[in-house]
Amino acid sequence: MNVTEANSVVLRKLLIFTVIMFGFGFALVPFYEKICEVTGLNNLLQADTLVENTQVDTARWVTVELDANTRGLPWQFKPLQSSVRVHPGELTQVVYEVRNNSDREINGQAIPSYSPQLLGKHLKKLECFCFSKQVLKPREVRQMPVQFLIEPGLPTDINTVTISYTFFELGNDNTASLDINADQL
Amino acid sequence: MAAVHDHDIAHAHDHHPTGLMRWLTSTNHKDIGTMYLWFSFIMFLTGGVMALTIRAELFQPGIQIVNPEFFNQLTTLHGLVMIFGAIMPAFVGFANWQVPMMIGAPDMAFARMNNWSFWLLPPAALLLLGSFFAPGGAPAGGWTIYPPLSVQMGMGMDMTIFAIHIMGASSIMGSINIITTILNMRAPGMTLMKMPMFVWTWLITAYLLVLVMPVLAGAVTMLLTDRNFGTNFFNAAGGGDPVMFQHIFWFFGHPEVYIMILPAFGIVSEIIPTFARKPLFGYSSMVYATASIAILSCIVWAHHMFTAGMPVTGQLFFMYATMLIAVPTGVKVFNWTATMWRGSMTFETPMLFAIGFIFLFTLGGFSGVVCAIVPIDIQVQDTYYVIAHFHYVLVSGALFAIFGGAYYWLPKWTGHMYDETLGKWHFWLSMFFFNLTFFVQHFLGLAGMPRRIPDYALQFADFNMISSIGAFGFGLSQLLFLYVVLKCIRGGAKATAQTWEGAKTLEWTLPSPPPYHSFETPPVIR
Repeated sequence: MNVTEANSVVLRKLLIFTVIMFGFGFALVPFYEKICEVTGLNNLLQADTLVENTQVDTARWVTVELDANTRGLPWQFKPLQSSVRVHPGELTQVVYEVRNNSDREINGQAIPSYSPQLLGKHLKKLECFCFSKQVLKPREVRQMPVQFLIEPGLPTDINTVTISYTFFELGNDNTASLDINADQL
Repeated sequence: MAAVHDHDIAHAHDHHPTGLMRWLTSTNHKDIGTMYLWFSFIMFLTGGVMALTIRAELFQPGIQIVNPEFFNQLTTLHGLVMIFGAIMPAFVGFANWQVPMMIGAPDMAFARMNNWSFWLLPPAALLLLGSFFAPGGAPAGGWTIYPPLSVQMGMGMDMTIFAIHIMGASSIMGSINIITTILNMRAPGMTLMKMPMFVWTWLITAYLLVLVMPVLAGAVTMLLTDRNFGTNFFNAAGGGDPVMFQHIFWFFGHPEVYIMILPAFGIVSEIIPTFARKPLFGYSSMVYATASIAILSCIVWAHHMFTAGMPVTGQLFFMYATMLIAVPTGVKVFNWTATMWRGSMTFETPMLFAIGFIFLFTLGGFSGVVCAIVPIDIQVQDTYYVIAHFHYVLVSGALFAIFGGAYYWLPKWTGHMYDETLGKWHFWLSMFFFNLTFFVQHFLGLAGMPRRIPDYALQFADFNMISSIGAFGFGLSQLLFLYVVLKCIRGGAKATAQTWEGAKTLEWTLPSPPPYHSFETPPVIR
């Protein structure tokens, strides 16, 4: 085998390797999601299950403030009560209301956010409208429950927490909503 | 370069175009190496002007010169231009000039592809710099182009993404060329373990490049489709995750910092033995250390993301893996020191830069170990401490090695000795002003000054003023380098073939300047 042929062999191998690595970059996406799923990190869109019957700590009160936002879609979104007082370990249900103010059908997805960040570890949600996308017909109004409990493991120096949801528009093409985001910045 | 050119005309069989077409169509490794080096120097000055604008704004507290949006564009583009435009092409330029000569090959393996990989760079640079003039300006979210900011920015971001694609393609083609040349075209008798260290470090660097550059291409492609085609890789609203971008980006990004330093290790490993007049101490441990650094560099990426949200086990793993890199790096530093030990040392400009490299790179390495410690990193991340750290490894590390290598091989490339006095001035000015600029930034960072912000609290004023003075001194000193190089090209004392008394590698067996086609009959290595 002369040098030119030997060179083309190396070239071919390295080009194949390059293409594989390009694919590897994309393969990291499902890999990352799998890791998050297995380790239980970042499971925003899955319901929690209660492994054991939690004790209700009736000696302690935690105020849960409820917050609602929309980002780039013509919905009106609010909790029916702005805050609730709960005992750690007590199963609680709150209701959010969302109203489509436009004349078109819109798909929305709510993304939760917690304050303090630590709450994420101690908040168990059994039911939430944020686990699936919400499709609202023109002018439709919908009331949606969130069922949750705060584990008694929440550090005792935390007396007030905030659960916040933001609705984003979903669609075949979400560039429209992103443009609105860019304008708001 | 005129001397090289005249030599060619003497060779009747070399029918190649002259003038502009010579450079546009050149497939000669020396011509292409020269173009790479000039390109990187132009980019270095461009990125330098951005850095000086940043430092001018930071000279005093308050907003004086540029508005905050433009300041953010400058910090972003300064990083991208210096990394993809200056440091990486400079090393590829060295590889083009030196690798064939050091292994006794006539040229690079794929000469036509070599031309392509260079000529992709100028359009990419134009796209990148042109983003300043796009509606909304250049990307302003930092060189790491994290979403969500990078998903929301204007058209400048798309231009930057394409520029990264093109530069990545150029790097991959260059790397394939270098790997093939080194694997297949060594002179008879030159086994892998007889190769000069510079060739070894570039072989490993080139493998790293084909390993991680495609991953970056994938990451920016995902950004592009998120921005324009409605995918939701990084868009939380669509079930994506912006933190995932950081993982994919740093899977490329951390090996990338070694891509920028391993060839520097190689250059220093050539310079030190020459001027200590002793063979490199621990050659094989040097090779293994380089390979270990390259392998370890692929499993430490998340130390850039300690504060992005990570379980403690993850933090511990990435902290210990990062600290482990200090071991092979330490092997290298000890080997360089041992090479100098009881050597007959002289201190010409290349040696000064190499020794400066060892001192300051090690300092930057130590601050890197400090940053690797999770609780400290949580304090200093996104502060000037980090800025100081990576400028110590990239400016006094990679860039000093580039200067050292340029002075070391300029006599070989041009056939003339450079002006030693001015070279030494360049070194001492760079050394002084570099430390003036960046040493104080350690203090600023520890005191809590955040990076990428155009204004700062009053207590940071004095150190910032010192740093800005240093930056302007450093920047202006580089014009001296330009002058020395131009002067050396135009004339000067005739350089002998060996040039340096202690120089032992193959390129020094060729006349200075070397013929257009070196080693048409391969040398035999015993």
